[in-house]
Amino acid sequence: MSRLTLAAAALLAASGAAQAANDADLAAIRAQIDEMKKSYEQRIASLEKKLAQAESQASARGEQTAAMPAAPGPQSAPASSASAFNPEVSLILQGQYRQQKDVAGRGITGFVPSGEFANTRGFSVDETELMLSANIDPYWRGQAVIAMADGQANIEEAWLQSLAIGNGIGLKAGRYRSGIGYLNERHPHQHDFSDVPLMYQAMFEEGAYVQDGVQLKWLAPAPLFVEFGAEFGRGASFPGTDRNKNGSGGGAAYVHVGDDLGIANSWRAGLSVLRTAARDREADFADLAGSTVTGAFNGDSTTFLADFVWKWAPNGNASYQNFKFQSEYFQRRESGKLDAGAGADDYRTRQSGWYAQGVYQFTPNWRGGLRYEQLDSGTRDFGTNAANLLVESYRPKRASVMVDYSWSEFSRLRLQYAQDKAMAGLTDHQVSLQYVMSLGAHGAHKF
Amino acid sequence: MKRIIFAFFLLLTAGICQADLSVFATVPEWGALAREIGGDKLRVYTATTAFQDPHRIEARPSLLAQARRVQLVLAAGADLEVGWLPLVLRDAGNPAILPGQPGYFEAAAQVTRLEVPTVIDRAHGDVHAAGNPHVHLDPRNVLKVGEALTRRLGELDPANAVAYRTGFQTFASKWQAAMAGWEKAAAPLRGTPVLVHHKSFVYLANWLGLQEVGTLEPKPGVEPSSGHLSALLAAQQTRPARVVLRTAYQPEGPSRWIADKTGIPALMLPYTVGGSERAGDLFGLFDDSVQRLLQAAR
Repeated sequence: MSRLTLAAAALLAASGAAQAANDADLAAIRAQIDEMKKSYEQRIASLEKKLAQAESQASARGEQTAAMPAAPGPQSAPASSASAFNPEVSLILQGQYRQQKDVAGRGITGFVPSGEFANTRGFSVDETELMLSANIDPYWRGQAVIAMADGQANIEEAWLQSLAIGNGIGLKAGRYRSGIGYLNERHPHQHDFSDVPLMYQAMFEEGAYVQDGVQLKWLAPAPLFVEFGAEFGRGASFPGTDRNKNGSGGGAAYVHVGDDLGIANSWRAGLSVLRTAARDREADFADLAGSTVTGAFNGDSTTFLADFVWKWAPNGNASYQNFKFQSEYFQRRESGKLDAGAGADDYRTRQSGWYAQGVYQFTPNWRGGLRYEQLDSGTRDFGTNAANLLVESYRPKRASVMVDYSWSEFSRLRLQYAQDKAMAGLTDHQVSLQYVMSLGAHGAHKF
Repeated sequence: MKRIIFAFFLLLTAGICQADLSVFATVPEWGALAREIGGDKLRVYTATTAFQDPHRIEARPSLLAQARRVQLVLAAGADLEVGWLPLVLRDAGNPAILPGQPGYFEAAAQVTRLEVPTVIDRAHGDVHAAGNPHVHLDPRNVLKVGEALTRRLGELDPANAVAYRTGFQTFASKWQAAMAGWEKAAAPLRGTPVLVHHKSFVYLANWLGLQEVGTLEPKPGVEPSSGHLSALLAAQQTRPARVVLRTAYQPEGPSRWIADKTGIPALMLPYTVGGSERAGDLFGLFDDSVQRLLQAAR
């Protein structure tokens, strides 16, 4: 019996111990569960927090996230490779066949040559333009235009432009085509004729004023387009010369105004002034004996420009038919001293010129255009130099007609005829067939 | 007293925020959507009309002047406006509306685009790398864009966020009812083979189950050539289309030519708000489009 009770007691004790053990285990398990619960709750809370953050971010970036669920793979996953940051690249191919008189030392009678005038005849390839542009960061955008020809690559433009200033302010710095006039800012491939107007040839080297400097523009907060621009820079290109000085070597200011007239018409008008100075600007003059004398000019040059562009398209839909009228006028005043070998003496000129052109696109592929232009050698006061130098007074004229065919907005073939009386006593009949092709990411064109 | 002051304050801010947000919409459909959502809380300027090819707009001075003064640019996106909008945005001197900023909204980015090309080469014409940009002709897309736009408007103008949401909800419920009506009415159009001038109706075709059997343009953005039209005419023998579609801004000539040769109707669809007399708003646009399709395909 005692044995039985002992056994029973042992059993009981054992069971009690087991019970005690179970209790301890249970408590431990409970604690563990509690702990797990707690940690899971914490994790869930943190996940919930993250989710809420993500959601609020998502709604902040609404666009992308909204597109995500709907968009299939290729749309939602932008290429993450480094090449995705490559700049927009475009290349302009331009070339022509040209028929004209062989005139060595081509120029414009009565005007100081802005540079060398091409006398290329037959087949030729014009400058090949390589353009690279991209946003640099959220604050700046950059662009470079490299014009390549045999054995040379010219930096035609290399500038940066502000993106983040606001209040209508635009800042550009580097080398850029000046905002004066209308055609000046536009590259040759955007032109409607295969050569720049005579007035641009007379005014600037290679048909455009390029400035190394700073450009500041302000667009007024008005329903009417009113834009003011000011430029300060090196002023090294014709009519100025490189004077390697501190401060600004040349400046420009302009105002542009523009608007729509009804749905079918839009226009822009502008007034500009360019001031620069020249030191020992050499140019060839003819003397009374008929030989060539080199004269060096020292002084100031001020150019005023007025431009007007009007575009019409039925219903404002330019893709089928449209008409563009464009006209510009300039006046240049130069005063200073000219040294033509016999000592420096007064030199004062006041010259002007204008062109007007109309281009009509009558089907999506075909356009036709007319251009008339005239310059006036104006007043040229050579002081005592007039005793030996020939003061030519002449009105150079040119009339051009063109027709071009575009397979698409990226390719164009242009046939142009011009009756050129830029040089006194010479009527040149010029025929050219030109192609303009743009490859790659071709950015939007200005109005 | 507190309540009165609060109400007064609310009134005052409401007064200040009246038409506080200016929106520059590149195309009429999204301008119209903004008006539906925002009502008089928004001042909406629409840069183009239904009679203008949105691919070929010039960066006119008036567009710069408008873009200078807005807080939000509402673009179609997917490169539709690549030939003019980037220039307008950069030259307007308004950093708030540059891509990547809350003030720049692209409709096409909110929806699943169709016809995303696998090969990007100009030899294929004016292809859009991001897919076909004419997304608004599927009314389900209009709803998606509207939802995202409402959110964006709320962020830009928190004081009126509730009004935008209410505006959108009212629009959405009306839109859903209208959509059910259009889908029911257009049920007989399912499977109808159509020719199109340009790939402007891909989303409409996708929604209504129209079957696009050819485009008059040999390549996107390239004008119809007589050779290509003749080829379409030949294909008409084996795969006959029932109607040839064009937008209000495309010329009638090529589709009229096909119509005369084949006897199928040449149909102008308003394409966007303002494209026809009845398409005065988004509802009218779809009412008219569905009705014109039904009439032509009868």
